[in-house]
Amino acid sequence: MSEASADGHEDHGHHGPAFLAHHFTTPAQQFDAAKLGMWLFLAQELLFFSGLFVAYLVFRMWYPDAWSVGSHELDWKMGTVNTLVLLFSSLTAVLAVRSAQLGERGKVTMLLLVTIACAFIFLVVKYFEYQHKFEAGLLPGHYFAPVAGHTHANVFPPGTAAFFSVYFMATGVHGLHVIIGIGVLFWMVIRNQKGEFTKDFWTPIDLVALYWHLVDLIWIYLFPFLYLID
Amino acid sequence: MSTAVATNEVPNYLTSETGWKSWAFTLDHKRIGVMYLIAILLSFLAGGIFALLVRIELAFPGETIMGPDWYNKSFTLHGAIMVFLFIIPSIPGALGNFFLPLMLGAKDVAFPRLNLMSLYCWIVGAGLLLYSIFTGAVDTGWTFYTPYSTSTQTSVMSTTMGVFVLGFSSILTGINFVTTIHTMRAPGLHWRRLPLFVWGQYATSVIQVLATPVLAVTLLLLTMEKAFSLGIFDPKFGGDPVLFQHFFWFYSHPAVYIMILPGMAVVNELIATFSRRAIFGYMFVAMSSVSLALLGFLVWGHHMFVAGMSEYSTMVFSALTFLVAIPSGVKVFNWTATLYKGSISFASPMLWALSFLFLFTIGGLTGLFLGTLNVDVHLHDTYFVVAHFHYVMVGGTVMGFVGGLHYWWPKMFGRMYNENAARVGWFLVFVGFNITFLTQFVLGSQGMPRRYWDYLERFRPLHGFSSIGALILGLGFFVLGGMFIHSLFRGKKAPRNPWGSAGFEWNTTTPPHPHNFEVTPIIRRGPYDYHLATEEELAST
Repeated sequence: MSEASADGHEDHGHHGPAFLAHHFTTPAQQFDAAKLGMWLFLAQELLFFSGLFVAYLVFRMWYPDAWSVGSHELDWKMGTVNTLVLLFSSLTAVLAVRSAQLGERGKVTMLLLVTIACAFIFLVVKYFEYQHKFEAGLLPGHYFAPVAGHTHANVFPPGTAAFFSVYFMATGVHGLHVIIGIGVLFWMVIRNQKGEFTKDFWTPIDLVALYWHLVDLIWIYLFPFLYLID
Repeated sequence: MSTAVATNEVPNYLTSETGWKSWAFTLDHKRIGVMYLIAILLSFLAGGIFALLVRIELAFPGETIMGPDWYNKSFTLHGAIMVFLFIIPSIPGALGNFFLPLMLGAKDVAFPRLNLMSLYCWIVGAGLLLYSIFTGAVDTGWTFYTPYSTSTQTSVMSTTMGVFVLGFSSILTGINFVTTIHTMRAPGLHWRRLPLFVWGQYATSVIQVLATPVLAVTLLLLTMEKAFSLGIFDPKFGGDPVLFQHFFWFYSHPAVYIMILPGMAVVNELIATFSRRAIFGYMFVAMSSVSLALLGFLVWGHHMFVAGMSEYSTMVFSALTFLVAIPSGVKVFNWTATLYKGSISFASPMLWALSFLFLFTIGGLTGLFLGTLNVDVHLHDTYFVVAHFHYVMVGGTVMGFVGGLHYWWPKMFGRMYNENAARVGWFLVFVGFNITFLTQFVLGSQGMPRRYWDYLERFRPLHGFSSIGALILGLGFFVLGGMFIHSLFRGKKAPRNPWGSAGFEWNTTTPPHPHNFEVTPIIRRGPYDYHLATEEELAST
C-alpha cells in the first residue's frame, strides 16, 4: 500500500500550501469549488423550505379567517426580538469572516462566540413561545385543542389547526437549522483556535457564515408570514 | 486476486492499495463508482426479482403464487427499489462517478469526501428500505399517496425515511458534479468541447439539487403526518391530500429526467464512437438536455389530470407537456443524423444504443397520448401508463446504462467480456422487453387497470403473453450477469482503447491510474473530432 501510494504522490508531487487538497491545482480553484458547492447547497435548502411556504400559501388562500386568528395567537413581540437577535448574529458572522480575512484569530473566535450566543438566545425565546402554545393547546392537527383563557380568540374557524401545523413544521425545521448552525459554528471556533485558518485560508468560515445568513433569511420570511400579516 | 501481472507497470486504481479500509474509506471517485456499481446491480437484482414475482402472479387470473396483500407489497417494493435504489443513482452514481472526472481531465471530483458520504447515505437509505421489508413491507405503491399511506398499517415510516436519506445521497452527487464540471476542467476543455455525457450529467445534477429537497420536505411532512397526525394532507384537520400529489410530483416528474437524461448522455458517447462521427448538432443536443431539465419542472400536473385540478390548469400542464417533445425530438433526430453516412459498427454497446433510440422513441411518443387531456381520461391508471414508463425507463435508461456498462467495462476492470454472450443477452432482453410491454399498451387501451391483483377472463391471453416476455427478459439479464462475472475472472486483458474512440476518458491507462492521468492532459480538440484525433489516440493500445 505505502509503496504504491508513494509512487502516486511522486508523480503528482504538489507544491501548494498545506490546506490545498491533492486534487486541486491552485488555492483559487479550491476556493471557487467550495463556494459554488455551498451556493448549490443553499439553493437546495431554499427548495426544501419552499414546500412549507407553498403549504402556507395554499392554506392561507383557503382559510383567510383561520390564518388571521392564528397569527394573532402568536406573540409578535417575541418574534421581533428573535428577528433582531438573528439579524445581529448575521452581522457578527460576516464580521467574523472579515476578521478571518485579516488574520485576526482572537477576534474571529470572539465574533463566532457572539453569533453562537445569539443562536442560543433565539432558541430560548422560541422555547418560551412553544411552551405557551403547548399550554394553550394551540397544537397541530389532531392535537389542536385550545384551552379557554390561554388564548386571545374564543372562536377558532375551521383550518386553524392547519395554521399551527404549518407554524410548528416551519419554525421547527428552522429551529433544527439553528441547532445545526450552532454545531458548525462551534466547529469553526475549535478549528480557529487550533490555528487552521490564516489570511490565505478562511474558506470554511466564509461558508459557515453563508449558511448562517440563509438561516437568518428564512426567518426573515417566516416572521412576517406567520406573525405579522393579518 | 492474482497479482501476477503489473508489478513494475503503471499503477492502477484497483491494485494500488489493498485491504478493506482502502475501499471503505477511499476518496477515489473510481473506487466509489465501483462500489456504487455493485450496490446498484444488487438493487437491480432485488427489484427484478420482485418484478418477476409480480408477473408470475399475473400470469393467470386469481391467486397464482401470492395473495393480494403480498402482491401489493411486491409491486410497491419493485417500484420503490427500482426507482430510488437503482435507476436514480445508476448512471450518475456508478458510471458518472467513474468517468466524469476522467472526461474532464481532473484528478477527482470537487468534493471527494461528500462523494463517499453520498455512497454511505445510499447504504443507510437502502438499509432502512430493507428494514421495512422485514417489518411488514409497504403496500402503497412507490408514490406513497395519502390518505392511504397515512392509514395503512404497513411500514410506511421506515420506507419514507429510507427514501429521505437516499435523497441526501442524490443531492450530494448533484452538488458535486455541478461544481466539478464548473471548476475542475482540464486546460483547453471549454464548454463547447465538453463530452455530451458531461452535459447530460450536468443537466441531471441541476435537477437533483433543485427537485430532491422538495421530495425531502414532502416525505418529512408525510412522516410527521403519520407520527403526530399533523394534518397538512388530511382534510379532517383542514389539510389536502391533493397537495401531497402536487408536492410529490413536483419532485417525481423532474425525477423522471434525473432517470432519463443520464441514459441519453451515455447514448451520445456510444453513437459517436460506433459510427466514428461527431454528434450532429452538438450544441443543440447539449442544450436539449438543459431544456429538458428546465421543462421537467413545469409539467408535474400531467400526473394529476383526473385528480381534481381546474380545467384551466390541466390545459396549461398539457400544453407544457407537449413542449417536452421538442428537446426529445431534437435528440432523436440528431442521433439519427449522426448515424447517416457514419462508419457504423454493431459491437454490443451499439446494439444497446440503437435499442435505446428505437424504444425511447416509442416511450416518448406514447407520452403524448397521455399528455392529451381527453385521451388521458381513458388511459389514466391503466397498463398503458405502465407500458409507457417502462418503455422510457427500461427502454431508455436501462438500455443506456447497460450499453454504457458494456462500453466502459474494459476501462473500469481492464478485461474484455465475451462478445457472443453479450449479443445473446442483448437479444433476449430486447425481445423479452418488447413482448412484456408492447402487450401492456394493448391491455391498457382495452381498459385493464394498473396495480390490480386479479383480472377479467378476456385479459387472460395478453397477461399470459406479457408474463412470458418478463421471464425471457429476466433470462437475458441473467446471461449478462454471468457474462460480466466471467469477464472479471477469465476475460481477455483489455487494451487502452478497445473501441478506437476519440473520447478523452480512453487516453488514460487501463485500468486507470489512481490519479487518473500521469500528467494533467491539455485538451486541443473536441471529444468527437475524429478528423483531429491522432492515429496514436485512436489506436487500441
